Amino acid sequence: MESGIRSGKAFIKKVLRMKKSTSPFFLTLSMMLLAQGVFAQGSGSQGSDLLLYGLLAAVVLIFFYLLMQVSDHMLAIEAQRMGLNPDQRKKVGLIPSLTAGLFSKSAPAYVGKAPFIPLKKGFNILLEGAAEKKVATGDQVRTFGLEPGQFLGMSPIPKVLVEEGANVKAGDLLFYDKKRPEIKYAAPVSGEVIEIRRGEKRAITAIVILADKEIQYRTFDAFDWERSSREDLVTYLLEAGVWPHIRQRPYNIVPNPQDIPRDIFISTFDTAPLAPDLDLVVEGRGEHFQKGLDVLSKLTPGKVVLGLNANGKSSPSPVFTNAQGVEKYWFSGKHPAGNPGVQIHNIRPISTKDQVWVLGVQDVLTIGALFASQKYDAARVVAVAGAELNHPQYVRTYLGASIADLVKDNLKHEHVRAISGDILSGSKLGMSDFLGFYDDQLTIVKEGDDVELFGWLIPQEGRPSVSGTYPNVLFPSRQYQASTNTRGERRAFVMTGQYEDLLPMSIYPQHVLKAVITGDYEGMEGLGLKELVEEDVALCEFACTSKQPLQKILREGLDLMHAEE
Amino acid sequence: MKKALLKFFQRIEPDKSKRLLHTGYEAFFTFAFVPDHVTKDGVHVRDGMDLKRLMTFVVISMQLCYLLGTYNIGHQHFVALGQYTGLFEGFHLKLSYGLVKLLPMWIVAHVVGLGIEFYFSAKRGHGVEEGYLVTGALIPLIMPPDLPLWILSFQSSLPLLSAKKAFGGTGMNVVNIALLARVFVFFAYPADISGDEVWVAGLTKAAEGGVADYGWFTLHVLNPLFDTFGWTGFNPAAAVVDGYTGATPLALAAKGGWDAVTQVYTPSQMFWGIIPGSVGETGKPFIILGALMLIATGVASWRIMVSMAMGMVFMGLVFNAWGFNPLMEVPWYYHFSMGSFLFAMAFMATDPVTAASTNRGKWIYGFFIGVVGMLVRVMNPAYPEGWMLAILFLNVFAPLIDYFVLQGNIKKRLKYVQQ
Repeated sequence: MESGIRSGKAFIKKVLRMKKSTSPFFLTLSMMLLAQGVFAQGSGSQGSDLLLYGLLAAVVLIFFYLLMQVSDHMLAIEAQRMGLNPDQRKKVGLIPSLTAGLFSKSAPAYVGKAPFIPLKKGFNILLEGAAEKKVATGDQVRTFGLEPGQFLGMSPIPKVLVEEGANVKAGDLLFYDKKRPEIKYAAPVSGEVIEIRRGEKRAITAIVILADKEIQYRTFDAFDWERSSREDLVTYLLEAGVWPHIRQRPYNIVPNPQDIPRDIFISTFDTAPLAPDLDLVVEGRGEHFQKGLDVLSKLTPGKVVLGLNANGKSSPSPVFTNAQGVEKYWFSGKHPAGNPGVQIHNIRPISTKDQVWVLGVQDVLTIGALFASQKYDAARVVAVAGAELNHPQYVRTYLGASIADLVKDNLKHEHVRAISGDILSGSKLGMSDFLGFYDDQLTIVKEGDDVELFGWLIPQEGRPSVSGTYPNVLFPSRQYQASTNTRGERRAFVMTGQYEDLLPMSIYPQHVLKAVITGDYEGMEGLGLKELVEEDVALCEFACTSKQPLQKILREGLDLMHAEE
Repeated sequence: MKKALLKFFQRIEPDKSKRLLHTGYEAFFTFAFVPDHVTKDGVHVRDGMDLKRLMTFVVISMQLCYLLGTYNIGHQHFVALGQYTGLFEGFHLKLSYGLVKLLPMWIVAHVVGLGIEFYFSAKRGHGVEEGYLVTGALIPLIMPPDLPLWILSFQSSLPLLSAKKAFGGTGMNVVNIALLARVFVFFAYPADISGDEVWVAGLTKAAEGGVADYGWFTLHVLNPLFDTFGWTGFNPAAAVVDGYTGATPLALAAKGGWDAVTQVYTPSQMFWGIIPGSVGETGKPFIILGALMLIATGVASWRIMVSMAMGMVFMGLVFNAWGFNPLMEVPWYYHFSMGSFLFAMAFMATDPVTAASTNRGKWIYGFFIGVVGMLVRVMNPAYPEGWMLAILFLNVFAPLIDYFVLQGNIKKRLKYVQQ
């Protein structure tokens, strides 16, 4: 009896809320009808009657519309109670085919009946110099390095476990974080430690290894992960040095070993400019990928979730589509549809109490290889891309490859910037640096330190732009040469709505960032700062008319929130 | 060309200790060249769009209004005098007279405004922000053609100082600066910006009994010049024709409804803008073209424009149904071509700094401008036009609208965050 009353109350609340959401529609409808009435009033002698009839008709129509809305929402409520996922819920309704067909893109045939989430917002920056789809052997890459500074929140001087001149095997531990000594970092390759590089205030900037011709692996004891406890598994992962391959959302940091994630998300495609094709990366490594997924599913009481690419004409690699024991969601849309943050938000957003974990595809391969063959296999297929290269290509190498080695004999000229990652959220590197721990892409772009005559009004060469003021919109498939010129000076925020159109999340990016600038904690938390990481707002930063440093502002906010916890 | 100009700039670069000079130099340098700055942290490649381009596109979209406004100043002047009543008769006279009136206004608005911008930029040590480009282009368009220049200069500097610079400069102002300039003129010098006699330039009085009132430049430079070509010149003895009224359609409608309007102006005249009024707001097709350009390039928000039109139509229909007085009975669709609704919609309400900043907020913001503007236009006996006041009113409310939209987002998030 009581539950009946409660559900009745809930129903009334729902109806009230629904009325609010549909009021603009009523308004236009009644306005159209009124307009007709008024027109008739002008022409006929019985104008007032016609107006009355018009109003009556409007009322009747509104009534029917309301009726339909109510029943539609009741179905939706029922669907929610039945525990259907968001995509299945979309297909429930009075006229499901209509709402599904008219208002959302239909899924490609290979998606089948799996949940499909089309994202409308976003933008693809098309650049020249995409890597040719063929993997070259990376024999020229001989030096590798691990840069502790790239791990967010790590102490500047970690405890280094090796000395210069020592010989290490792949998987031997190199250093650990003094703040969290249980998290250890392993050598990606075997060879001689030729340098422990130090920077300002004696901070350790890199540990450099000259690799052996034949990689020697540290041997691990076989581990029966299926029968052991979760704690033992975590300890094993920590000892093997693969723990840092996992990242935690919010904050995008290496998680604490005692934390338990709600779910683990893996995006199997990258929509960033010149990003590697992950189908190519996993070719022939289906077994390791599946093993990795199996192990990960032991770490969470929830699900391991794969985000699959529904943009292509044909289905993505069977390694992804045939993966077992995971939840799969298909996404279509422009960048940043491939970002795990965007996918998490559209599948199951993070709540205040939970955290979720995120891994890259190649990180899963490394974990899978550890359990399949008891060795720390940090092999990476890296896309070396950019218009300033003679041959943009994929290179098979290991984690932390030297930039200079990767682009050896391949640069068109020296006046370039090397970026570990993509042009939006990657980090700027010198030639003596090493590819980032989580990056599988090296982008080379021209340094744009040259003035351009009236370049802001009549540019002499094409450039990527979101704005309709450039003729780019007329040539949607044209590729542009990238340059690091700022294309103008920094200004105060003027434009609005620009970021909103580029982020397929129910977040107001401009207002979140303004909350950070003004130090408004409630605003930051309430408007969803924790659901964002740098790569999600990077596209907004690219498009920003006022040239504001959005990623920097965002990280300041995340640091503030993290410090509060 | 590029190298020669670059060399020239390098030669004239003033010392950095002279801050005002250096700020001015930088403003002109960055106008001529996109500077050689490269991205440092964050995103490595930037969009080609910057604030200069944004503001310039708004100014470009207004150019047709400038063109028609210039010509219409001359045309209305001669129509009042009963000379060259055909649209293209006396073309050179009308155009030159329009320029004589409009050019000084444009120059004064820019010299005064940009002077203030340069000064404050130098004081605060940042680059000259481009916001004033649009404000300066808008101010002459929304003033009556005969406005004394001292009022214009005084009133384009005061709002700039009190409503923009005091709040922190471009991007920080709460209300629209160009509109505030007009409001200041309106309340401080009402005789120069309201009534039936201020909308036609160059007459002692825009009604029966007035005569042409030409300045020195017209009589002693233009007339001899035209004379050498054998063209007709300005006639300083011309008088306003009998029965002429310089009243705007809205003023007529307020007195006698739609019938009173059509006795003086045809709907097509009103649509094409061959009527007295503020300089830039009369030519509807040109405003529509400008608005379409702004929408197509994504520079201005189509949401505000559409919702503002919806709000106006809604109120127009309500008034039509009510029909209390002749003005209320003016068919709602004619409200588009009377007065400055379209101009306000395309260029004033869409100012991104003062409008609501969330997409949902923009719908509400625009709709209420339409509603309030019509209320002022139709219900207020003192002032026939409402958009200026409606937009300023909603400018003040825009942060509140955004606040509620954001609270909605926060509440939605709280629901799944606390699960």
